[in-house]
Amino acid sequence: MSKPSDLVQGTLDMLILKILALQPSNGWAISQRLKQISSDVLGVSDGSIYPALHKLEHCGWIRAQWKSSENNRRAKLYSLTPLGRKQLEHETANWNRVSAAISGIVQLKEA
Amino acid sequence: MNLEQWFYSLPLRLRSFFHPNQADEEMKEELHAHLEQQINENIAKGMSAEEARRSAMRAMGGLTQIEQQCRDARGGSVLQDFIQDLRYGFRQLLRSPGLSAMAILCLTLCIGANAAVFSWVEGILFRPYPLVAHQERLFAVSATVQGEGGLDELSWPDFLDLRRNCTLCDDSFVTSITGSTLNIGDHAEVTTGSIVSANYFDAIGVHPILGRGFEADEDVGEGSHPVVVISYQMWRNRFKGDREIIGKRQRLNNVPHTIIGVAPEGFYGTFVGRAMEFWVPVSMEGIFRSGGYKLEDRGARWVESYVRLRPGVSRAQAQQQISAIAARLQKEYPVTNRGRGIGIWPLWQTPFNHARTMGPTLEVMVVVVAFVLLIACANVSNLLLVRSFVRRHEMSVRLAIGASRGRLLKQLLTEGLILAALGTAGGSLIAYCCRHLLVMLLPEGRAMYLPGAIDDRVMAMSAGICLVVTLIIGLVPAFETRHLDLAGPLKAESGSVVGVRSRGWMRSGLVIFQVCLSFILLVGAALLLESLQRIRHANPGFSTSVAVTGVSVVAADYDVPRAKTFQNELIDRLSGLPGIESATFAAVTPLGYMSFASSPIEVDGDQPAPNEQLEVEYNQVGPGYLATLGIPLLSGREFARSDDENAALVAIVNRTMMMRYWGGQDPIGRRLQVKGRWARVVGVAADSKYESMDETPKSFFYVPLPQDFVREPDLYISTTQPLQSTLAAVLREVHVLDQNLALYEMITLQEQVNRATSPQLVAVTLVSTLGGLALLLAAVGLYGVMSYAVAQSTRELGLRMALGAGAANLLRLVISRGLRLTTGGVLFGAVAALALTRLLGQLLYNVSPHDPVVFGLAVAVMTTTAIFACLLPAWRASRTDPARVLRA
Repeated sequence: MSKPSDLVQGTLDMLILKILALQPSNGWAISQRLKQISSDVLGVSDGSIYPALHKLEHCGWIRAQWKSSENNRRAKLYSLTPLGRKQLEHETANWNRVSAAISGIVQLKEA
Repeated sequence: MNLEQWFYSLPLRLRSFFHPNQADEEMKEELHAHLEQQINENIAKGMSAEEARRSAMRAMGGLTQIEQQCRDARGGSVLQDFIQDLRYGFRQLLRSPGLSAMAILCLTLCIGANAAVFSWVEGILFRPYPLVAHQERLFAVSATVQGEGGLDELSWPDFLDLRRNCTLCDDSFVTSITGSTLNIGDHAEVTTGSIVSANYFDAIGVHPILGRGFEADEDVGEGSHPVVVISYQMWRNRFKGDREIIGKRQRLNNVPHTIIGVAPEGFYGTFVGRAMEFWVPVSMEGIFRSGGYKLEDRGARWVESYVRLRPGVSRAQAQQQISAIAARLQKEYPVTNRGRGIGIWPLWQTPFNHARTMGPTLEVMVVVVAFVLLIACANVSNLLLVRSFVRRHEMSVRLAIGASRGRLLKQLLTEGLILAALGTAGGSLIAYCCRHLLVMLLPEGRAMYLPGAIDDRVMAMSAGICLVVTLIIGLVPAFETRHLDLAGPLKAESGSVVGVRSRGWMRSGLVIFQVCLSFILLVGAALLLESLQRIRHANPGFSTSVAVTGVSVVAADYDVPRAKTFQNELIDRLSGLPGIESATFAAVTPLGYMSFASSPIEVDGDQPAPNEQLEVEYNQVGPGYLATLGIPLLSGREFARSDDENAALVAIVNRTMMMRYWGGQDPIGRRLQVKGRWARVVGVAADSKYESMDETPKSFFYVPLPQDFVREPDLYISTTQPLQSTLAAVLREVHVLDQNLALYEMITLQEQVNRATSPQLVAVTLVSTLGGLALLLAAVGLYGVMSYAVAQSTRELGLRMALGAGAANLLRLVISRGLRLTTGGVLFGAVAALALTRLLGQLLYNVSPHDPVVFGLAVAVMTTTAIFACLLPAWRASRTDPARVLRA
């Protein structure tokens, strides 16, 4: 399964969890949000969030429900499960630790 | 995954497994909704419809890939992969139907052989008694005799003492086999039944479907409880399933018995080798066995019994306690019990039924079928290897387009599983068909009952075999493809000879392995065959042309004086007949099922060691017994009519006994104490076989029948006439004396020898059959490898031919390559066989496990077979057309 190459493994999962923690959304909204907040830096194709969504759903971190939207269209609405909330906290903590370490190294002054 | 996660994901997994289409549809719908929304968004931004669509698709990435990735991300794909592999595997098998059929046939036969043997082991040795509870805790009980005797039965008083004192036993019960004539209307039939202790049915946990089992007091009192429980078969067949049967009367051995119960369907009693048809309490023992009522005689040994140990008690613990009981009995009753211990045996070593005779054969069979299975696996692996070589192109393509090696391995294992599962299914069917095969192989088969049991344990074993086979035949080709590189096979098929050679070692190794194993089986089969020949033609020490039968005087209710008169009158009448040289009676037939009487003896001038029990077996024989059976009289005289109950006690000893107790000096006139009474030795007989053909010479003596009387001895007739006319003549004379008497089956002593050696016959038949199968498999394997080698090296062969090699050279080349493999296999096989044939131990008679003739013969057969297997490939090689091959 090919993943967005320059995205750290697992980061996409964390981002999706974070977006869903803010509010339940459907796939399109998540992809828009992703582009918006990351200003396209991540270079994630719209489609690649779907395999990630399906995986997260199977891990029990998010839950999907078919809901009719205002223009009477069926849309799959994802929301975070309690388990997913825990996972997000865990991954966020992890991320903070790792990124702090990395930025510490990157900011070292050259002699 | 933890439990909480399963809580969320299980419904999804189940859905994607059971409704894969629905899940797929929804996934597509979701993706399309996304696309549409993006298109609308794009249009709103001012793009044209076409442009909006294209841009949306671009942003999305490849739709098909995304769909596949979603499918992969969904659970349940393991099963879906498996089903996909199964489908693909079936298609692959159908693509080469000949090869697949061959592989499946191979596996079916070999797994079938395994399942059949395991079902016999289960049904005959481990769980021989259907419906009997807790068989794993049942142990057979027998007396052990110090000195020569070995094993013997218990007496009823000994059994009672054992039952009273064994605190580690849950239960102990008696079940001695007996025959009976059953009088139905005006005709009589012979049936087989058991004399059992009153607790029998309770102890084994079998409850009659009609009526009751025995009550505790029915053990007691000579002949005072004429009650019988009949088998389901007898109830159905002879009494037409009469539901009012309880309380009705049935004459058994001419004594009316009240039917008190009907045993449940599928219960055949507790005797390996026979299906019991009725059960009577021990108080009726005198009616069913010759020699009178024995329940109060501690010296009369006839009790065959079992104990069930308490849960958690080991055989060793129980044995310790039982030995202590036996030691006490020795002290209390020195006259009858000196030197006698009591031993317990697991069911498969039961001394008094066919478990012990079939045991060694089945042990060998387990090893043999395992070998055959290995050969089959090697063979099928080889076939699949050849195919995997053909398929390496396909494999490379799959690797190239992104299949992981693990996925390929899964695919190969799935294909192996298909073959193994089909083979196992077929094999189970074969085992089911073969469950009565053993009985058919036995000469006295019809009366016997030796079924295999296809139960859960056998099925589990088959499933285990299936898995092992799958692993072997799946992994061998996988091992070959592990070095598969992506580029090589995708380039044009090179067909180089070198490539073939470098891969050839595995196939060659498998062939050597097959040849090796089948050589071992060949040697085993040849040894058993040789042994059977020798044992059947060994001199038993008596003339095998003598006819033996019996007259049903017990069933006709003869008392002792009447039986004595009858015996004398019959011998007188028979002796006068033309063609009959002599006739006599004896209590027990040599090599028969009934055991000889035995007695503690004392000999004038011979001091036994303090702990030694001088217990020797003997036979009660009529006048002229030695002459009739053609046993040479070495010294002294035979018994005469005058050696009757009123005359002085006399005995004839055999040569071994003379050597042992009188130091080889003529014992005529010396004294011998039998059962506490002194008898004088009047003759010395040559040694002969007494209980089995493979016994070593042992001490034995004879006493005159009238001095130790049994009512129903066997009748021996030395005659030059054929069996049929002898039978007619004897029957005529018997009926002149009494119309109500019947004759038992008449056979020659040669037939008796054959029956006594039937386990060897069964072993020979089975091992030869499987040896033949193994040989065939090895030949097919060799043929396959040589054919393949020839087909792959046509270029090399063509080149050789172009350079001047003749057809004969090529023929020789191929055959010698085949023979090189064979020689390798035979060498390994010979080394292994030298070590392994000792396992045949008990089944071999007078044949060394390393018999050079047998080994030579096996080498010859193997080599000849190998040459034949190589002939066709060799011939094909010699027909290579160099012009065509080299141009191609």
